[in-house]
Amino acid sequence: MAVIIVFMAVIGGIVAWWLSHQRLTSKPWLEEGVIGEIPGTGASTLPAAKIGLGVFLAVVGALFAIFTSAYFMRMPMAEWRPVPVPGLLWFNTGVLVASSIALQWAVIAARRGRMGDVRWGLLAGGFTASAFVAGQLAAWQRLADAGYFVAANPADSFFYLITGMHGLHVVGGLVALGRTAAKAWDDVATDRVRESVTLCATYWHFLLVIWLALFGLLTGWGDEFAAICRQWLI
Amino acid sequence: MVPSGAVEGVLPGTAEGVPPAEADDLELYHPKSWVTKYVFSQDAKVIAIQYAGTALAIGFVALVLSWLMRLQLGFPGVFAFIDAATYYQFITMHGMIMVIYLLTALFLGGFGNYLIPLMIGARDMVFPYVNMLSYWVYLLAVLVLVASFFMPGGPTGAGWTLYPPQAILSGTPGGQEWGIILMLVSLILFIIGFTMGGLNYVVTVLQARTRGMTLMRMPLTVWGIFTATVLALLAFPALFVGAVMLLFDRVLNTSFFMPALVEMGQRLNYDGGSPILFQHLFWFFGHPEVYIVALPAFGIVSDLISTHARRNIFGYRMMVWAIVAIGALSFIVWAHHMYVSGMHPWFGFFFATTTLIIAIPTAIKVYNWILTLWRGDIHLTIPMLFAIAFIVTFVNGGLTGLFLGNAVVDVPLSDTMFVVAHFHMVMGVAPIFVIFGAIYHWYPKITGRMLDETMGKIHFWITFIGAYAIFFPMHYVGLMGVPRRYYELGETVSNLHSSDALNAFITVAALTVGAAQILFLFNLFWSLSRGRQVGGNPWRATTLEWQTPETPPRHGNWGKELPVVYRWAYDYNVPGADQDFVPQNQPTITRAA
Amino acid sequence: MAVALILVLIVAGSVLFHLLSPWWWTPIASNWGYIDDTITITFWITGIVFAAVVLFMAYCIYRFRHQPGRRAVYEPESRKLEWWLTIVTGLGVAAMLAPGLFVWHQFIAVPKDATEFEVVGQQWLWNFRLPGKDGRLGAVDTRHVSADNPLGLDPDDPNAHDDLVIEGGDLHLEIGKPVKLLLRSIDVLHDFYVPEFRAKMDMVPGMVTYVWFTPIRTGTFEIFCAELCGVGHADMRGRVVVDTEQNYQAWLREQKTFRHMSARAGARIDASEDAGKESKTE
Repeated sequence: MAVIIVFMAVIGGIVAWWLSHQRLTSKPWLEEGVIGEIPGTGASTLPAAKIGLGVFLAVVGALFAIFTSAYFMRMPMAEWRPVPVPGLLWFNTGVLVASSIALQWAVIAARRGRMGDVRWGLLAGGFTASAFVAGQLAAWQRLADAGYFVAANPADSFFYLITGMHGLHVVGGLVALGRTAAKAWDDVATDRVRESVTLCATYWHFLLVIWLALFGLLTGWGDEFAAICRQWLI
Repeated sequence: MVPSGAVEGVLPGTAEGVPPAEADDLELYHPKSWVTKYVFSQDAKVIAIQYAGTALAIGFVALVLSWLMRLQLGFPGVFAFIDAATYYQFITMHGMIMVIYLLTALFLGGFGNYLIPLMIGARDMVFPYVNMLSYWVYLLAVLVLVASFFMPGGPTGAGWTLYPPQAILSGTPGGQEWGIILMLVSLILFIIGFTMGGLNYVVTVLQARTRGMTLMRMPLTVWGIFTATVLALLAFPALFVGAVMLLFDRVLNTSFFMPALVEMGQRLNYDGGSPILFQHLFWFFGHPEVYIVALPAFGIVSDLISTHARRNIFGYRMMVWAIVAIGALSFIVWAHHMYVSGMHPWFGFFFATTTLIIAIPTAIKVYNWILTLWRGDIHLTIPMLFAIAFIVTFVNGGLTGLFLGNAVVDVPLSDTMFVVAHFHMVMGVAPIFVIFGAIYHWYPKITGRMLDETMGKIHFWITFIGAYAIFFPMHYVGLMGVPRRYYELGETVSNLHSSDALNAFITVAALTVGAAQILFLFNLFWSLSRGRQVGGNPWRATTLEWQTPETPPRHGNWGKELPVVYRWAYDYNVPGADQDFVPQNQPTITRAA
Repeated sequence: MAVALILVLIVAGSVLFHLLSPWWWTPIASNWGYIDDTITITFWITGIVFAAVVLFMAYCIYRFRHQPGRRAVYEPESRKLEWWLTIVTGLGVAAMLAPGLFVWHQFIAVPKDATEFEVVGQQWLWNFRLPGKDGRLGAVDTRHVSADNPLGLDPDDPNAHDDLVIEGGDLHLEIGKPVKLLLRSIDVLHDFYVPEFRAKMDMVPGMVTYVWFTPIRTGTFEIFCAELCGVGHADMRGRVVVDTEQNYQAWLREQKTFRHMSARAGARIDASEDAGKESKTE
């Protein structure tokens, strides 16, 4: 449970930092009038969608942190044979990086108001992300062909479970990306497109970071880390 | 007792204050037809009622299940239609429904949706469409759960903790049939639906507070629901992971939680999995879950006590800090459910210490509720009665928590009826009293009419005395050593059968309390058309939801102008003021001549 | 008025029920009197707090009930009062926690002279295993479980051959001798629980847990399963008989060894012994 505890500590730190700016030690009964003007104590001025995405990413982060915890806790037990990670995953990782870059490019284009480039960026991002999902499915196929079925060994089970869960999140992102693209093609006001594109890009980068962590986990780079954590909770 | 008529002398957003923000009419969602207004509605108030209605309906099913199980425990062998398998199905479904589908859904989906936007001066939740989806996914989760009653093999009988390996084996009802599968699918759906709603509640509090509504001016109800939602968003993923992995073990034959085992002489194709891993995941969710239910109850009861004792909540700052502290601590106490699970015994020291530390902020809250009553002007309205009953049962249940949290004391008591008595008192009865109090309190805002007071008093007294009579003696059944989840005590060489009389008494009390809930349901519907009509602020309360231009509030809550907040939520009996309360949106205190 | 009175009655009723009712814990039969003492301390502290809180609330409800002309006192907080209450609560909590942790340490630290016995749970009965003359329990693995080897002893482990296997019978213990029970399960979670011994521990398939105690009085005690283990959960009972040394030795002589049991089932053990380390258990 070490990974999730560390994750919770980070979230707790962010919450504590935010709360420390909210004048929690003030005496509200002594303050009459509109004090929302004191910087930072009123409602957040960020758009709701942006905060919403931030909170959602915290939830997704918790989800994968717990998967990682479970992985580390199951690993030292009996019958654990690591999966030979297909080389295809390296290619998929590259595709996902390209996807993130494409969306970042779309964000920059949106800031500069170049709608044509935004569309190209979205298209490229959507295409590469779809390719990533397809690539992951192909990797599953190869593993299954080599006899590593979902129930063959807990390491295999985790491999399918974790990559599948990550893939589902990418697919969910593709839905959002589709809606954003619809806006970009519909000639909606540029600033609204820009907001959506930025949100998509943030989500993409986040899923990329998660993927890199998971990839490291599945290829065994996390083993030494796990050896330390193993002493925590069995 | 109840001052009648609308508030006089107070005009929301008077000219002396800051000019209120005008609504951006285009941004508001306007329902176009009956269906979009009442069925697929995006109005948080309608969604709240949908959530509450569904939760109460499924909760009533769980109540009936509790009658059946009590019949078996009180009079074993008399009711032939309850065999061991159905008994375990009853307790499992009762527990799961009450904890997740009633309490969590009602506090957050029901009260959260109704009260958050109104109390912080927002027009609605920030993502109304997602909010609507949240309810429909929740309803789907409930329907999947209900479907398991009608599948071959019936619902799962694995206990609400769903511990593998037994949860997915044939020795447990529904384990090798549809019961456990539907249970897990339903939980997964519930978590997805809840996450949609939870994002709304959190972001609405962060982003949509009206002018002047600083965090330290928020009513404790909002603090409680807000913190509980944050806990839920972070804790439910653990249950999600546990449920998905258990589903894999059941359907795809993986070995996440399943060690090598021989079931009924048959070697099963599992190997190396860890049942304790599931328990960690379950309780990493399960303990915050206790506070997901308790914190909204803490918040709401604070406001009930303050309003009906006509006194500011005592120690508001401490109350806020305590909520935050309890929320943070609730993530590092989970393994106190596992002292006798076989985990490394050294953890006992750590978790016993953190668990008993959490008692301190909780105790502070109790003191402050009572100190609010002290030197107050106590109106014994029905919400106030339920608040008092909450304190009695919560203190009782909280104190027995000090037994179970203390590792070595837990050893003889864990998995006995003592535990059942404890958690029913502290997170069953106590929060449900708050729910009742809150319904009596806010019913006039939701419908414009009061719930009938005579029926309310009968309901209160039977429920309060009856519930105490159920669960207080039950501790002693457990202290004797009677294990929980026992279909029957059967033949025994121990002297545990002397608890039989007590069990019969508890059953009679339980049936009586159950009957009183029918009266409550009747009252809910009867008062809809027959209740006394009262104005917009019958309790003369300060918080914003009572200051809406219309009652019940229309879509958008505030008409054209959003309220502006000038003070905290607890200006009751301010010295020198001409009334015993000053609404939050009143710019200056009108002095008595 | 009525409300305050009823609250007082609830406190009085609860205290009287606690003191006078016949429903109380079973007479102890192990060394864990410390656990009972810790519970008693906790009962006292929590009982006093419960009575104080509810009675004070009853007083407030009576004294400050609404009457014409009453105004509540406006007092947002009192730091001093709140700090005092916090400190007193902290002390109360410490008074329960300190003995609790102290006894917990004893509970998990097994004395060196404790004899190791094994308890094996399965749906829905109890099996036991005692070390044989060599004083050591042989290796086990769930994979070895079969009709004539219900506990899954390793037939290739010489230490296992003289182990005494008690299938579904009573477990006998000797009075005054500390025992460490090694707890195992071959199917689902169970929990070894004898109310008179106070001790309790889950039995988890795939791992070995333990619990220790010293029986202090003779008699027959019932073992309950305290972790839901399927439809037969409530029927899963066993017995522990605490004997004097004489009776215990007499009982011990009647028990059958693993080799004996297996010989009856086909003499595979002896064959495997003859063949040295070669496995014949395919």
